[in-house]
Amino acid sequence: MIYWQIFLAFFVPGILGYGGGPASIPLVENEVVGRYGWLTVKEFGEVLAMGNALPGPIATKMAGYIGYQMGGIMGSIVAVIATVAPSLILMIVLLQLLLKYKDSPKVKRMSQYVRPTIAVLLGMMAYKFVDNGIEGIGVIQTIALIGASYLFMEKWKFHPSLVILAALAYGAIFLS
Amino acid sequence: MVHFDLFVAFFRSGMLGYGGGPSSIPLVYKEVVETFKWMDDEEFADVLALGNALPGPINTKMAGYIGYRVAGKIGMLNAILSSILPTIILMIILLTSLSAFKDQPWVAGMSRGVVPVVAMMMITLTWDFFSKSKDSLGWGYSIVLTVVSFILLIMLDLHPAILIFVLLLAAVLKRDKKSSAQKGGN
Repeated sequence: MIYWQIFLAFFVPGILGYGGGPASIPLVENEVVGRYGWLTVKEFGEVLAMGNALPGPIATKMAGYIGYQMGGIMGSIVAVIATVAPSLILMIVLLQLLLKYKDSPKVKRMSQYVRPTIAVLLGMMAYKFVDNGIEGIGVIQTIALIGASYLFMEKWKFHPSLVILAALAYGAIFLS
Repeated sequence: MVHFDLFVAFFRSGMLGYGGGPSSIPLVYKEVVETFKWMDDEEFADVLALGNALPGPINTKMAGYIGYRVAGKIGMLNAILSSILPTIILMIILLTSLSAFKDQPWVAGMSRGVVPVVAMMMITLTWDFFSKSKDSLGWGYSIVLTVVSFILLIMLDLHPAILIFVLLLAAVLKRDKKSSAQKGGN
């Protein structure tokens, strides 16, 4: 029965949360802390803090860990599938349809019409990250790091991995 | 070989993205469009548009679809697992044995250091999308659509999924002037 509960606890945030994993965190808290009482608010906070300290997508990290705590490895797998599968299946079905008709002028127009909106959405995310940076390390550091990473990545064409690893090292040494 | 490439692409973009899945979008773009050339800009834009129009985590939706598109169901599993498994395992190990890890000042420093880099990549990708849209729709329509999206999404707080669906619907329902003209010409 626990597996069914784990499935539901992560399925619901997965289909109700828009805007990627971070947007579904409050929904996960609602299920895990509020409905099922598996974790206290404080414990949930700890898990979230660890999730933020590690790289990678956040929703699946939390699902994987909380599922593991409640139902072992099987629980972990159930939680991750409940988080990922429903929207992925929808996505594959819809995109297959698009790909099938990709030469139709209607489908071409769909990509065109939607593109400026995606630019705005990406811009909003960019703004959030800039804001986040300023809050954490101030305006000057943020601008300097944006400028430096731009030069290395876009102008001198260093691989993004190298630039990010350098930023991580810089952060560990100078921003701790 | 393609499976190894998928692993590399999604492992790298997962392990280097700090701040949840959305921060990996520019990294996934670099891997998929620039490094491995599995998709062109156009198709990546469609993936991103639908990813934003559908609920659920964005990174796994992109990984899953791109993996599927490149190498079928196994490719899908490969891409998803490469992007999520390493950090889930880390998370379980660290939380069950070394939970003091997250309180280390250098850990917080690392994520602070990487935020501006993610911001820069997002800004670059935003500009990319805008300038591509200018190429296909022209300055006028692009600016109008951008401004309208901005007003609706940010000032009026409209849900992005609604706007994306309305735009997709408009594209489908609009009558094809060109193709009917061609028919008439022929």
